[in-house]
Amino acid sequence: SRLPAYAPSPFSTSEEKTPLKAVTTYNNFYEFGTDKSDPAENAGKMSVQPWTVRVEGLAGKPRTFGIEELLQLAPLEERIYRLRCVEGWSMVIPWVGLPLAALLKQVEPLGSAKYVEFVTHYDPAIMLRRPVLSWPYVEGLRLDEAQHPLTLLALGLYGDVLPNQNGAPVRLVVPWKYGFKSAKSIVAIRLVEKQPRTSWNRAAADEYGFYSNVNPEVAHPRWSQATERRIGELRKRPTLMFNGYGEQVAGLYQGMDLKANY
Amino acid sequence: MASIEREKPLKPSLRTPPAAAITAIKLLVFLLCLLPALQLLLGWQADTLGANPVETITHASGTWTLRLLLITLAVTPLRRLTGLHWLLRLRRMLGLFAFAWGLAHFATYLWLDQFFDWAAIAADILKRPFITVGFAALVLMLPLALTSNRLAVRRLGGRRWQALHRSTYAIAILGVVHFWWLVKADVLEPAIYALVLAALLGMRAWWRELERRRQLAAAVPQARGNGRVVRIVPK
Repeated sequence: SRLPAYAPSPFSTSEEKTPLKAVTTYNNFYEFGTDKSDPAENAGKMSVQPWTVRVEGLAGKPRTFGIEELLQLAPLEERIYRLRCVEGWSMVIPWVGLPLAALLKQVEPLGSAKYVEFVTHYDPAIMLRRPVLSWPYVEGLRLDEAQHPLTLLALGLYGDVLPNQNGAPVRLVVPWKYGFKSAKSIVAIRLVEKQPRTSWNRAAADEYGFYSNVNPEVAHPRWSQATERRIGELRKRPTLMFNGYGEQVAGLYQGMDLKANY
Repeated sequence: MASIEREKPLKPSLRTPPAAAITAIKLLVFLLCLLPALQLLLGWQADTLGANPVETITHASGTWTLRLLLITLAVTPLRRLTGLHWLLRLRRMLGLFAFAWGLAHFATYLWLDQFFDWAAIAADILKRPFITVGFAALVLMLPLALTSNRLAVRRLGGRRWQALHRSTYAIAILGVVHFWWLVKADVLEPAIYALVLAALLGMRAWWRELERRRQLAAAVPQARGNGRVVRIVPK
């Protein structure tokens, strides 16, 4: 299945794109193994058709969307975003998708909804059973973060549907946060009142905060976040505040202590 | 090295291969220890080390340091379990290769990872416990590498030499801790190294305990008279 037509986006960077091969062979998708090469080897076992996403919780019109519906929900855009992994490497990836805000609008969030929880696919028959993280993998955003125009619900990569190892058939892309915030292979999106307990936060709360905004000044307890290696390059480059998206997103965190809310 | 072993003198036996065979085995082990380096070099040239070749080299050199440390520590138990005393003749080379891989690991970090950014390197060593621990292990390996020759054994004397080289136990522990602390969530691999190390050190502790008991038992007949046991081997 191919993607419908899509348009370029003014939010795209003009930086050199990371080659497709690197984007599809160097992945963190722990359900398929914890080595970078594991997802490319094992994710083929996942069947992504049919696929539905339940959008539920504190919503006026909760409902379930099929992938075909998501593809038609709003005009698709190509967004070429920087991706910064918490491990200290980065890529430039051309995603295709729609703003998450467009989906959330469909279900009419209630006033009591403060956060959005993302639950991802977990099938122990084909995925890791060892409790490396608490499965299913859960991520979360504050509602205003989820509704931000940069927050993308990605359905494609490099002009084609998402490869399984990149989170097919539908994943989140939040470019100003460390990569693990962008949950893959999403099955449910819940509007909730309380801050969701995310998988990495449960695994090591002192290392992976709820916000996990890219921030060169706040070191991971075990390594510095001041620099990063762009995949394909040898020398490291300085990491940018909010991964270079500060102009658009810094307002979301006005008055917040980003050292305490890491 | 053979001169410092206190247990049994190395007697040529049916199980000891002829000198030429031992030389051949040594050469083979030498080449095997170098093989991963050749693979990395060729992989670098051919760009087959994956999307992040620096990471691949860092991990491979670290893994081989740890593996060679454990293999070095396996020589004594293997020798004891199999009676193949000639294995001891491989130990110095294995230990030196562990050090060489440790140096390669550190050099990769200094050069390809940090590009000699000394401020960042100093901050890493001081502030990041897993790097502190790894660095400490490397520093502790240095005196062992420097005293790995016969002259040093003679100068230090067998006992002192052996006492110094027992720091290999600490180095291996630091190496496993370094690996454990670096992993994000999946500790399976470091746990395997930890188990192997625990077995290798556990065997030594157990044999030491047996030896203590043996000496104690030998001392019991005299001690029975006044009910006191004189400890010969410290616990």
